[in-house]
Amino acid sequence: MNNPYDPYPVTIKEIKTETADRSLKTFTFAFIHQADEAAFSYRSGQFAMLSVPRVGEIPIGIASAPSEKGIVKFTVFKTGKVTTFLHNMKQGDVMGIRGPMGNGFPLEQMTKKNLLIIGGGFAFTTLRSTIITLMQPDVRDQYGTIDVVYGARNPGMLLYQDELDQWCRQPGINMHITVDETDDPDWPHHTGFVPAVAGECAPESTGNSVAIVCGPPVMIKFTRPVLADLGYGDENILMSLENRMKCGIGMCGRCNIGQELVCRDGPVFTLAYLNKTPGEF
Amino acid sequence: MIIINKTDLAGAMTRAQETYLLSGPVETFHGHTFRHLEPGQTPDLSYQHTLVSPKAVVFPPSDPLLTFSGNDWTGPDLAGLPPQAAVGIRPYDAKALHLLKYNFDTPEYKDPFFLSRFENLTLVGLAENQPDPANFSTSCGTGPFDETGLDMLLVDLGDALAGKILTDKGEAFARAAGLVPIPAEKKTAVASTIAELKTRAEKSMTSPREFGSLDPVSTLDLYEQADWEALAFGCINCNTCTFVCPTCWCFDIQDEARGQKGVRLKLWDSCMSALYSAHASGHNPRQQGWQRFRNRFMHKLKYFADKYGAGPMCVGCGRCIRLCPAGIDIRTIHQALSRLEAVT
Repeated sequence: MNNPYDPYPVTIKEIKTETADRSLKTFTFAFIHQADEAAFSYRSGQFAMLSVPRVGEIPIGIASAPSEKGIVKFTVFKTGKVTTFLHNMKQGDVMGIRGPMGNGFPLEQMTKKNLLIIGGGFAFTTLRSTIITLMQPDVRDQYGTIDVVYGARNPGMLLYQDELDQWCRQPGINMHITVDETDDPDWPHHTGFVPAVAGECAPESTGNSVAIVCGPPVMIKFTRPVLADLGYGDENILMSLENRMKCGIGMCGRCNIGQELVCRDGPVFTLAYLNKTPGEF
Repeated sequence: MIIINKTDLAGAMTRAQETYLLSGPVETFHGHTFRHLEPGQTPDLSYQHTLVSPKAVVFPPSDPLLTFSGNDWTGPDLAGLPPQAAVGIRPYDAKALHLLKYNFDTPEYKDPFFLSRFENLTLVGLAENQPDPANFSTSCGTGPFDETGLDMLLVDLGDALAGKILTDKGEAFARAAGLVPIPAEKKTAVASTIAELKTRAEKSMTSPREFGSLDPVSTLDLYEQADWEALAFGCINCNTCTFVCPTCWCFDIQDEARGQKGVRLKLWDSCMSALYSAHASGHNPRQQGWQRFRNRFMHKLKYFADKYGAGPMCVGCGRCIRLCPAGIDIRTIHQALSRLEAVT
């Protein structure tokens, strides 16, 4: 019987500090066994358990895209025991990855639609995976307009800054970057919270538009009415949730919203579906 | 059907232990508990109930998932587990193990730790001639003489135990324990005694109230309209109900280490605890005690029933009722939710 608690061994190939306060780092892992890499077949929006031997496990969204072959990336916020230990690990160290887990974004069901992607804070990691997937030359043409609203607390807390700059210049994607606050008078992007900026900049729904929202619970809460004003129906709003997870396979019980388990049945749900559940997220 | 004099029980168990790892009720300072039996140890079948349920037979409170040595790790050899038998398990507790299986055996994932034990387990039940006052198992689709989910059902006849063999696993256990079939001429009389004891036991139970589906009311109506703060008024979120419950399955995963050696453990946990659902950010969707209380009872009485169509996640053992320091009774909660059903 396959053991879903047994992680795949990986080595840390690269560590990149993302933010000015050094609280977020992106880890690039390579699988030690080639068969494990094939078994770890994922889609954007899924997550995995990063498993540090003798320290513990944490659920983290996958930041790389399936098209980035040979590696898998995770951006990790230093906040607790496991993440602090992980932040102190070095290139070449061995650890484990268990997954992929969850349902991910059903991108194949959104072809020919206009997409609005809204992300806040370090929840943007899985949206990086989605954007890279969508911007593949052979994929991009399958979709209509792509707008991205991404916010962080301040400019120093924005993730993937090189890629953001590149996406801002790239045709085929409309970037709306914002920060809660900044003292930089030359700041070229927006200032304000994500829901407000979405209200100002995001395109109204054409009736053929889908919104993908990934962020902290408070951002999700205030983004819902904005999307309603923009004409997005609840069935066309996809929310990626962040409930506390431990087993990742729907058995330990802690991430439930009603009878749904965020780790197994989610983390992506339509708002129409969430409206029918107790809103415990 | 077999019959065994109580004086021969110890010998039968010793014979069974040549094939099986046995577990059964054992008397301790704090009352009876269900645990693995040492070689030569006989289960104490004179017990009424165990404080903690026997779910540990398939779902131990602390279960090693991986063992670490430096950066290498290995899982336990589950394929090599010897056959186990739970002797003297109450029928409602046996049903609870089958309810647990809904969680650990899903189309997407199988928990090898639970399933390897479950599939390897023979359930030798013991009917409850005199049910405890808090036992309302007949309201939960089982009962003191329920045979569902058992491989053999023992019935206390005074000086002897009668045993109904219900499955091939039960037959194999009887063979291993050297239990001999009852003489044909005595079969009818024993069957009639068992039927009489069963009727008497079920009649003595004080909780025949309907405890089934809450189907007519939607999840959101139950969640939003019941006065959960009032229902949870006395609850101190002590977690006792969840730890003694035979159908609660919440668990945590933690690493314990000393130097380069360590172990990853699956540990019983409780949805009544505040840390259980608290995010790393500090946000907690069930911050208040009454919200966690609501989640527990909604899970038991509504979410599970709706998800699996197997009735409530409760077998009516009454442990949570007996042991709740605030006197909270799951039957009262069910009744309150049923009243809501009546007015909706």
